[in-house]
Amino acid sequence: MKPSGNILFSGVGGQGILLASEITAYALLNSGYDAKKSEVHGMAQRGGSVVAHLRYGPRVYSPLIEPGTADIQVAFEMMEAARYLPFLNQDSVVVVNTQRILPPAVATGKVAYPDNLMAEFENRGIKVIGIDAFDLAKQVGNLRTANVAMVGAMSCFVDLDTEVFLHVIETKVKEQFRDINKKAFLAGHEAAQAK
Amino acid sequence: MTFDGKDKLWLSGNEAIARGAWEAGVSVASGYPGTPSTEIMEYLSSYEGVYTEWAPNEKVGLEVAIGASFAGVRAFATMKHVGMNVAADPLFTAAYTGIRGGLVILTADDPEMHSSQNEQDNRNYAFAAKMPMIEPSDPSEAKEMLALAFELSEENDTPVLFRITTRVAHVKGVVDTAEARERQEASIEKMPAKFVMLPGNARVRRAEIEKRMAALKQKAETLVENRIEQGSAKRGFITAGVSYNYVKEAFPDASILKLGMVWPLPEKKIKEFAASVDELFVVEELDPFLENHIKAMGIACTGKELIPSQGELNSFIVKKSIEPQSIGKVYEPIDLPMRPPNMCAGCPHRGIFYGLSRMKDVFVSGDIGCYTLGFLPPLSAMDSCVCMGASVTVAHGMSKALGEKGKGKIVGILGDSTFMHSGITGLVNSVYNENYTTIIIVDNRTTAMTGHQPNPASGSTIKGEAAHSLNFEKLCTAIGVKHITVVNPHDIDATRKVLKDEVARDEVSVIISRAPCVLLPEEIRRQKPVYFTDLENCTGCQACIRLGCPAISWNPLTPEEALARGYKEKQKGHAMINEAQCVGCGQCAAVCKFEAITLKEEN
Repeated sequence: MKPSGNILFSGVGGQGILLASEITAYALLNSGYDAKKSEVHGMAQRGGSVVAHLRYGPRVYSPLIEPGTADIQVAFEMMEAARYLPFLNQDSVVVVNTQRILPPAVATGKVAYPDNLMAEFENRGIKVIGIDAFDLAKQVGNLRTANVAMVGAMSCFVDLDTEVFLHVIETKVKEQFRDINKKAFLAGHEAAQAK
Repeated sequence: MTFDGKDKLWLSGNEAIARGAWEAGVSVASGYPGTPSTEIMEYLSSYEGVYTEWAPNEKVGLEVAIGASFAGVRAFATMKHVGMNVAADPLFTAAYTGIRGGLVILTADDPEMHSSQNEQDNRNYAFAAKMPMIEPSDPSEAKEMLALAFELSEENDTPVLFRITTRVAHVKGVVDTAEARERQEASIEKMPAKFVMLPGNARVRRAEIEKRMAALKQKAETLVENRIEQGSAKRGFITAGVSYNYVKEAFPDASILKLGMVWPLPEKKIKEFAASVDELFVVEELDPFLENHIKAMGIACTGKELIPSQGELNSFIVKKSIEPQSIGKVYEPIDLPMRPPNMCAGCPHRGIFYGLSRMKDVFVSGDIGCYTLGFLPPLSAMDSCVCMGASVTVAHGMSKALGEKGKGKIVGILGDSTFMHSGITGLVNSVYNENYTTIIIVDNRTTAMTGHQPNPASGSTIKGEAAHSLNFEKLCTAIGVKHITVVNPHDIDATRKVLKDEVARDEVSVIISRAPCVLLPEEIRRQKPVYFTDLENCTGCQACIRLGCPAISWNPLTPEEALARGYKEKQKGHAMINEAQCVGCGQCAAVCKFEAITLKEEN
């Protein structure tokens, strides 16, 4: 497994990005890594663009990922995947929820939602995996597990056992939501493997 | 292998500081919410044995902590960087009185202004108020160094400043835990020469400050937190706080003098370090604080000529500033629609700002809170925002400058928590020095922007225990306001009428716009009606779109599509309510003239 790495989470306030990044962080900590994670709170949480940086390795100093050095981007929304392009490089993997959430200027008809954002990655030779996390969450029976389905999809690209993630869900998620989140994780994992 | 959650924890800087305060034996802690400091007091309130509270503002919070220190116990005050401006009055004189129980004052600075109106560098307060300042670089250090701050406070009879930034407060990292130190017993001890700052006493204490700072400067030379990491002698870096991490990643082989105490500075150590390297750089966010003081020692160094003084740093910026040739190409950003924060679906502030947005001649003097988002389109109904409480006083100043010309045109608007923080004194002035402004208190029963902290009007304490709820109507009456109207902002027509009548008045008037924040737990739990768009009736007039509600979107149509749907050819589209997001506030139904927005029948 890689000695160190950078995972960027991006999306819209309220999509459960913090829980997704927490589960991933604990999976790395449980595997013996040091880690640091940077989040932004406050005003950004009111439906704004939200990003979390997760870095791991034998000893992590900076909590922020440098431009061009994200190994994996987990994006919870199409446009919020494209927004962080400067963090990626040719070898990055983007796992993106194909859902669209309209920002105010689009919702009020002022500007159009950009089309074919997947091509922005593909044209640059960046590997991009589209996941319909909302649909996966619907299939397992709880729409609020879309974030954990995304963690499942992402887990195909970090060299950690699926068991490590399931153990984190077992120990960190409230009892009544454990099983459904495990199902969502596995559904995401399978969906990404099939791509 | 399982990450050991017993003596090692995965904590944010703010969680680590709360833990650190508890371990350090803090007895009393007070603060006012402000990003990025808020969670410290919230987490600390869950520990046993520590008294915690939300104060109405930072000045009150710091004075409470000073009082607890005078009673002989360890005390802690927390605030965001701009809050320290509010607390500056007690801050400067607390340096004179010194302490009895250890006193640490935390400032959480926000370089980059993620959630602030400025990015002032509060290290300048350490210099100006003549107090030592400790600055950790990550959550683990934050917890360890808080214990050091209390020790320095008690050893040197001084309050100690503790500075964090957003990338310490809201960064998670691995933290070692320890047992809590025993709390001191509080007692009354009269020490008037030390605690009564009359000129005669203050002059004596002034001299004490100089002695104490000289001793601390000596201490700084040997403090283990001011450490040299010997590397290559080619380049040396002096750095502190989060910038240390960026230097470590950008130049892993360089020599580093990492300062854990950023004031006062260890002059001898800095000189020795400077002499040991070929080239000396100072890397710090915001002001050239260390750099200026190091240059004043007669030491040549490079800092802000290369390193930006605006915004946050990161390892990439540090590398690029010093070694631009080593930077590879990175992808250019794609031009995308912005996604700014927005008032929530069903937010009560929307109703009042919608009313104001229809009064184009009115100048809206705004304030700090979620409602500052009333500035954004499509509502665009805020014309100034300076600091907490300034809505009331800026409105007063404008009215005095404008005289007759401003009548019926000046409104101030602020939230319940902001009104209690520093709006009340402004309102006293408005009545005393008679003006004609209308002050709107948008009372959503909580301090919403920072994450729903209770306040003196919420009816509960930080621990959720029942408390007195301040009555704004009675308070305004006592101040001498003659015209006080309470309105439900979801009732669009009534709100617009009240606005029209009150703004036209020749005397001070107060409108209390009262409806709870939709994100309060009891509101989230409440069964709510849902509205839907009756597409047959929608004419595409966009009246509802102008509310800017995230649950309503615009669906554009071509002329052919419009005809196919039975609309007139020229209809450009129709509105659409996302029923999953709607919380049934009814504002859109009120602005719709065509009965195209209707309540969904219960099944």
